[in-house]
Amino acid sequence: MGLNKDYEDIPGTFVFDADRGREGYQLNQFCISLRKAPNREAFGADEGAYLDKYKMTEEQRQAVIDRDWNQLLELGGNIYYTSKLAANDGINFQQLAGLMTGMGNEAYRAMMIAGGRSPEGNRYQHEWDEKGEE
Amino acid sequence: MARITAGVGCSHVPAIGVAMDSGITKQSYWEPVFEGFEKSREWMKAQKADVVFLVYNDHCTVFDATCIPTFALGCAPEFAPADEGWGPRPVPVVKNHQRLASHIAHSLILDEFDITIMNEMEVDHGLTVPMSVMFGDKGIDDEWPCLVIPLCVNVVQYPAPTGNRCYNLGKAIRRAVDSFDEDLNVVVFGTGGMSHQLQYKRAGLINKEWDTQFLNRLTSDHVALSQTPHIDYLREAGSEGVEMVMWHVMRGALDDDVEEIHRHYHVPASNTAVGHIILENKKDQKAKI
Repeated sequence: MGLNKDYEDIPGTFVFDADRGREGYQLNQFCISLRKAPNREAFGADEGAYLDKYKMTEEQRQAVIDRDWNQLLELGGNIYYTSKLAANDGINFQQLAGLMTGMGNEAYRAMMIAGGRSPEGNRYQHEWDEKGEE
Repeated sequence: MARITAGVGCSHVPAIGVAMDSGITKQSYWEPVFEGFEKSREWMKAQKADVVFLVYNDHCTVFDATCIPTFALGCAPEFAPADEGWGPRPVPVVKNHQRLASHIAHSLILDEFDITIMNEMEVDHGLTVPMSVMFGDKGIDDEWPCLVIPLCVNVVQYPAPTGNRCYNLGKAIRRAVDSFDEDLNVVVFGTGGMSHQLQYKRAGLINKEWDTQFLNRLTSDHVALSQTPHIDYLREAGSEGVEMVMWHVMRGALDDDVEEIHRHYHVPASNTAVGHIILENKKDQKAKI
């Protein structure tokens, strides 16, 4: 019997389990390397050459180059890793959330000040499907 | 003998550290966050802790994906603040009570908690932010007023240890501290949470009702609370809300009979609901009088 992944029906959410960890390993190792200043400098000097050191998939590599934050998560990235790439670009956690939710920084920040995203209607995938949200 | 007298639950939002480090805590956005810790700082000072046993998680800072220990105990002489991508926080190096840390490691393993021993480690905001909010502003050249034993819990790669496992680990830590031969006052911090989701399209989830019931139940319904399944944290409190399992380690290390001394809850700090509680063992309160 397989493992029960009861968390797969939470909308707009990736639970970073061992399967995702395996898929995103090289991508995440690349991201965490950027927490060190010399690596940030090397990456900044020549992104392509720096990325060559990590055996990530072509798709993952392109998502890094495009700074496609959601695609990075879809391909096995974890937010604590991808946030290192964001930090390298001068993007903090809240600005990153503004990008990932597609709301933009101002609207996202306003939502948080107003109490955040309510759990109502945001617990199950079918609730999003019914609303027509992706 | 060493004794655990009190516990602190506390969020460890990185932006709180940034706000303190950049001196903007009086701005209207931040003021209500920090007001709730004023009483805590007075309490912390009066508590005269010799050692803080600090349960937190590393956020893919020190631990990369090569090695993911479920429980890692800091046994190094000291722990420097880590560079998380924007330079290390300008706060003091954390000093360990190394002999107690080694004693706890020894005791836990014989108590069947197979922890990882860290003889070198830097610490990220998960540890330094709770220190800052409880002890106030300290610069690089200052010293923290007490020693700190860090315990890192994996809550990044699913599954985190269960709430039940964390609670029982707290009990084992209590047994370890109780059997240490030096007269020490130890306060346990359980950090992380409260509801928050940092990632993907549901980012920004906050569940005040759920957080409130968690805080309400921590004092007297703690055993049942520790049985909360992971799916409840993920669905109700956001994918990063599962950090709250670390509060059960703190609660497990205290007596059954505790009193809530202080509570603070505020939304938002960046993407997160800030939650904080102070619990004291009732029997240690009597001993103080």
